Amino acid sequence: MKRLRSTLIALAVVLVVLFCLFPFYWLVNLSLKTGSELSSAALFPANPRLTNYLSIFQNPGFLLGLRNSAIVACSTTLLAILIGAPAAYALARLRVPGKVLILGGILSVTTFPAIAIAAPLFSLWSDLGLYDTLIGLILPYVVFTLPLATFIMTTFFRDIPVDIEEAAEIDGLTKFQTFLRVVVPLSTPGIVTAGLLTFIFAWNEFLLAITLTSTPQARTVPAAIAFFTGSVQYEQPLGTIAAASVVISIPLIILVVIFQRRIVGGLVAGGVKG
Amino acid sequence: MSSVSLGRARHSERRLAVAMISPTVLIMVLVAGFPIAYAVWLSLHEYSVQTPGLSRWAEPFGLGNYLAAFGSAEFWAALRTTLVFTIISVFLELVLGMAMALIMNAFARGKAVLRAVVLVPWSVLTVVTAIMWRSIFDPSLGFVNTVLGAVGLPDDTVWLGQTPNALIVMIIADVWKTAPFMALLLLAGLQSISKEVYEAASMDGSNAWQTFWRITLPLLRPAILVALIFRTLDALRIFDLPYVLTKGAFDTNTLSLLSFQELQQNGIIGLGSALAVITFIVVMAVSIVYIRLMRPGQEAGR
Repeated sequence: MKRLRSTLIALAVVLVVLFCLFPFYWLVNLSLKTGSELSSAALFPANPRLTNYLSIFQNPGFLLGLRNSAIVACSTTLLAILIGAPAAYALARLRVPGKVLILGGILSVTTFPAIAIAAPLFSLWSDLGLYDTLIGLILPYVVFTLPLATFIMTTFFRDIPVDIEEAAEIDGLTKFQTFLRVVVPLSTPGIVTAGLLTFIFAWNEFLLAITLTSTPQARTVPAAIAFFTGSVQYEQPLGTIAAASVVISIPLIILVVIFQRRIVGGLVAGGVKG
Repeated sequence: MSSVSLGRARHSERRLAVAMISPTVLIMVLVAGFPIAYAVWLSLHEYSVQTPGLSRWAEPFGLGNYLAAFGSAEFWAALRTTLVFTIISVFLELVLGMAMALIMNAFARGKAVLRAVVLVPWSVLTVVTAIMWRSIFDPSLGFVNTVLGAVGLPDDTVWLGQTPNALIVMIIADVWKTAPFMALLLLAGLQSISKEVYEAASMDGSNAWQTFWRITLPLLRPAILVALIFRTLDALRIFDLPYVLTKGAFDTNTLSLLSFQELQQNGIIGLGSALAVITFIVVMAVSIVYIRLMRPGQEAGR
């Protein structure tokens, strides 16, 4: 009975693993196929070739997209932390005038549909010369990521024993110095988690990326891939699209696998606060 | 410490708090609050970039854009698709996520590896998820029809080219990407239930099924609600999947996508903004309902 139970559980685990990994394996399989193989449903490429990978790294649209995505995702992460960390500390420890109102405002931003921001920003950015620029993407991304980043950091800042901070103040540090030299270093895991989730959001975002840009100069990778279809290549671009999809997913998968514990913890914390 | 210096300390703390929080408030107001207000303003005007004369400062249109939206079949189709998609996919994600969480919780070995595996779908970009499932359901190179044919079912189903199959593919793609995420949120909840509770239950003679319904589920209520809120709000805003899979054809057009089409593709800013505002109101209304639901379960709320 006990043995049967553990066999069944092991079988269920195998199913879970297959469910999670097989579709992505399918994409990798597709990316290694070329020519006529691309119209067969074979589970293994007969002649695995890296042709598709070589070709996307010669595609200027894709390369620009990668560059743009790297700039946008890194800048968004940096800004969300730089702006969000002080706010999180104030919310965790200081008497903030209008705290409830601010918290409510930050919370309500998490429910904003991107399209409700995209519509007016499309108009506003055109007037301000921010349409089709990287800054034009970074600004709304910071807004959409600040709430979760701030909540995660607030949770971590709250968990630091008040005694440590009081000791630092007795040693003559001001509140702000305490924040910079004591609280921030002690909260590195929380800050890393907030940063990771921000980075993932910015790397993933699609709606604003196609609404607020119009040329490869400002398109991030998801937008660039969406415009791959029907490009000048004579061959069906599916193989290259698959290769590009694999390439842009790999950095995130690696990050997520390395930091899995932190990410889940952060999401739970952010979720409970949210 | 005298009361004067105490007052001064409080005053300087207040100043510091304001300084630390104002960049966040400022950027929220400028890049979220103001644009939303502007969207409402735009939605009350007749404004199109493609019709000469209907430039920015054109005639106020009252509720004209809203009346146009409510009078169009596309709007009601998009609203229905969005709601159907949200209800079915969130329900399946909850059931599947719960099953996965229970399986993972019961499996003693390789917890870290398993968690990493389960995070893979969540970390695949939504656009890539759509591309992937599009190719899986492709009539010639996808494997779905081949597999169906091998087990004796019809192997010539057109998946993305007809109603309601296209919506089914969209739901499958969404469930694949987010059920694992749901599983991890629920798993965190499961692990916080103490072993003693279960021991007490088995002493009372309840079987696994009864234990699940009487103990696990009620104790998981907060975790489930949090996961449901996350997922419902995301599903109501769905855009990437229908855009890449079908461009909204075959009854897969959602509120976000319809609004995008009016704005970006047709250049009808007024109507597009009205649709965006309606989407916003729908999402807000649903989140308020959820917050109401959360309250009784959360005695510890501040």
